[in-house]
Amino acid sequence: MVTPTHYLVVSALLFCIGLAGILTRRNVLMILLCIELMFNAANLAFIAYADAWGNLGGQMAVFFIIVVAAAEVTVGLAIAILLSRQLRTLNADEVSLLKW
Amino acid sequence: MPADLVSCAWAILLSPLAAAALILLAGVHRPKLSAAAAIAGLLTGFLCAVRLFLHAHGRHDALLFESSVSWIALPGLTIPFGVLIDPLSLLMALIVTGVGSLIFIYAAGYMAEDAAVSRFYGLLSLFAFSMLTIVLATNWIQLFIGWELVGFSSYMLIGHWYAKPSAAEAGKKAFMVNRVADFGFMLGILALWAASSPTVSQRSFHFLTLERQLSSAIQAGLIPAGTLTLIGLLLFCGPLGKSAQFPLHVWLPDAMEGPTPVSALIHAATMVAAGVYLLCRAFWLFSGLPEVMTVIMWVGGATAFLSACLALVENDLKRILAYSTLSQLGYMVMAVGLGGRAEGMYHLGTHAFFKALLFLSAGSVMHATHELDIWKLGGLARSMRWTSACFLVGALALAGFPGLSGFFSKDEILVLARGHHLGIYVLATLTAGLTAFYTARVWFVAFTGSSRLSTRHGAGGGHHGVQESPPIMLVPLFVLAALSVAGGYLGIPRFLGASHAEFHWDVAATSVAAALTGLTLAWLIYKRQAVSAQQVVQALALPYSFLQRRYWIDEMYGWYVATVQQKLIAGLCAWVERVVIIGAAVNGTAWLTRGAGLLLRRCQTGRVQTYVFVFLIGVAGLLTIALTR
Amino acid sequence: MAEAASFYIFSGLMLLAALSVVSNRRPIYSVLSLLVVMFCLAALFVMLGAYFIAALQILLYAGAVLVLFLFVVMLLNLSPEALSRTRIFTLRGAGTLAALFLFVCLARILASVGEPPTGEARGTVEAVGRELFSAYLLPFELTSFIILAAIIGAVTLAKREPSK
Repeated sequence: MVTPTHYLVVSALLFCIGLAGILTRRNVLMILLCIELMFNAANLAFIAYADAWGNLGGQMAVFFIIVVAAAEVTVGLAIAILLSRQLRTLNADEVSLLKW
Repeated sequence: MPADLVSCAWAILLSPLAAAALILLAGVHRPKLSAAAAIAGLLTGFLCAVRLFLHAHGRHDALLFESSVSWIALPGLTIPFGVLIDPLSLLMALIVTGVGSLIFIYAAGYMAEDAAVSRFYGLLSLFAFSMLTIVLATNWIQLFIGWELVGFSSYMLIGHWYAKPSAAEAGKKAFMVNRVADFGFMLGILALWAASSPTVSQRSFHFLTLERQLSSAIQAGLIPAGTLTLIGLLLFCGPLGKSAQFPLHVWLPDAMEGPTPVSALIHAATMVAAGVYLLCRAFWLFSGLPEVMTVIMWVGGATAFLSACLALVENDLKRILAYSTLSQLGYMVMAVGLGGRAEGMYHLGTHAFFKALLFLSAGSVMHATHELDIWKLGGLARSMRWTSACFLVGALALAGFPGLSGFFSKDEILVLARGHHLGIYVLATLTAGLTAFYTARVWFVAFTGSSRLSTRHGAGGGHHGVQESPPIMLVPLFVLAALSVAGGYLGIPRFLGASHAEFHWDVAATSVAAALTGLTLAWLIYKRQAVSAQQVVQALALPYSFLQRRYWIDEMYGWYVATVQQKLIAGLCAWVERVVIIGAAVNGTAWLTRGAGLLLRRCQTGRVQTYVFVFLIGVAGLLTIALTR
Repeated sequence: MAEAASFYIFSGLMLLAALSVVSNRRPIYSVLSLLVVMFCLAALFVMLGAYFIAALQILLYAGAVLVLFLFVVMLLNLSPEALSRTRIFTLRGAGTLAALFLFVCLARILASVGEPPTGEARGTVEAVGRELFSAYLLPFELTSFIILAAIIGAVTLAKREPSK
């Protein structure tokens, strides 16, 4: 028997994997990819709860998350292109302009 | 009370305000429209006041009616804004709107060439509204608002020609001297409110409620006499400044820097009389405080006498009239101090007529000659017949010539004085003599003899260049002259409910004798030149220089402001500011912030992942707390 | 039984692919691994009755977003230096530890919340569409602004000429 908790555990695992990626990778593109992973983890949790409660609201939330994620990726990738053009690097450690 | 009378009362108050608003919104660049709006506004007010007067005439109800709207409503404190019509306020409203309308019309001719006619009329209308707010106020707060508003419009109008440094200075001086007085006045109002009832929610600013409450509280012995005296003295601070009584009189002569219609309206006929009006309005309070009444009496008497002395040595036509205004205001205040409410208001009314007349005549002279030094004028009686005739009527009324309005009102005050205090009576009679002297001096020097005007004013030189003023200026003069003559027969005291004073031949004879003495002396010195003016000055060198320096009061104020206030107090404040505020507080804070910033900016690495990591630690910490709780 | 089997297969595959996303040296492999994650996730969505969302997941994520990623990765033609992923050890370890800790926390939360009641929510196109154009109409319309802003932002950012 597969309970909603199973899905939620998978979701939590996925989330933490993404988080670990964000913290350990240096490449800006990789960081964006890991953010996508975390988005999807959240989506999974939403869908699991939607199924458990028999309520379509969770699915609606996922729909909007996908839209926002698409927008976020668009801008994020544009920034990545700009970074590689202007600073000739995609290394997050070297991009420390927001600093005193 | 019929509804149309109530609307009439509101119209008195609001029509000048409507005119001011119209001028502000539509008339800024249309001088003719502005003048027409202002005159129409005030005339409407006058007609409404006449309508009320006709209704009230012959009835002796103490209170005709009151109508108000709620203005400020707080828990336990409501302040209405409204109109209170009783004989006192109606009389004052009639004077303000009537004399005011004449002066407004006159100003249309006088200010025709001015560059800022609209501003002038806008402020005049605002002044009229403010003055009527005082006159028709139902409560102390409304009165105080009007009080401050007339101070403001007076300041703006004195400084009408603000490009002239002396005018700007005079406006500032008037404003500041009035601030000093108004502060005391405000304290008085608040103290009165606090004294009206021990329970806060029952306290009131409303005239009639306050009178009732305070009277019963006094009868019950709830208020110590010292407190009441203090309140009375604080309230008297208001008239002290606004009616320019000694020693706060210094602003009024300087206020003559404003356009002459302003001097006539604000600084002779109405605003400066507001102090006297206030004393009458709160007469129920003052009359129960003998110590305060004595102070008022002596302040008024001293002002009357000392200002008359100052007028003796002054050479500027308008300033002479200003000192004369001070002196007459002193009479009014003295009359109230002697317990003569009706007498004070009577003199206020007649004074408004003849002093406005004198000022407007002086303005007419100034319009024609651009000269105010009486020694540079002369022979005006030939070149400006009508103006001179009007001036003569005003001067005779001021000097108390029998049969004219000033004679009757002054006589009533003198009768009152003789009944109360011999010293005050002597002082007042002396003042009457001095008044006749300086009035005659002006007449003989400036209006008779031969013209001493330099040729720059006219093509043909001499008085041929001096033109009579246009009819729009002369007609108001004629009306005022008629009022100055007839003012004594209008029955003003009876309207206020005073019993008809008996005519005392002895008092009248004494005052006429004093006036005639002054007149003759002036005639001998300035007309016949039996004794030359120079000789008189040399013989009385010491008092003359004392008067020339105006008792050194301006110098004393100057010394106080420059030394005590600027050097001592302001110096101390500056030291505190430099060392404590700037040094410790401001710079200290800056150093602290800077030091903290130096430390904290180490956290700002600019690396996104560090931020995420720190954020994560925060989330983990919160979760730990939430789960282990 | 079949349900449990497919759940374990798909979620196991997904987690492995996710680990591959995080640990791969080359971004192109990571992107392709993410594609696997998406497909598995879509399968899980279908198992949970979210048919329409599963389709969206394939279309939008796998179809659009990841292709965009691929384009950028190829466009930038990353040099080995840019690809390097070495970090100071402490932060990597700390990051992993923190992620683990967070997982423990989430697990504890799940354990404390307990089983929600099971209900039926079939996310067919019709049901989702009905919901979307009735209760969620305003947010749905507002998303167009987000997308518009993203388009404008991306264009202005990417079109900007190098300053020097």
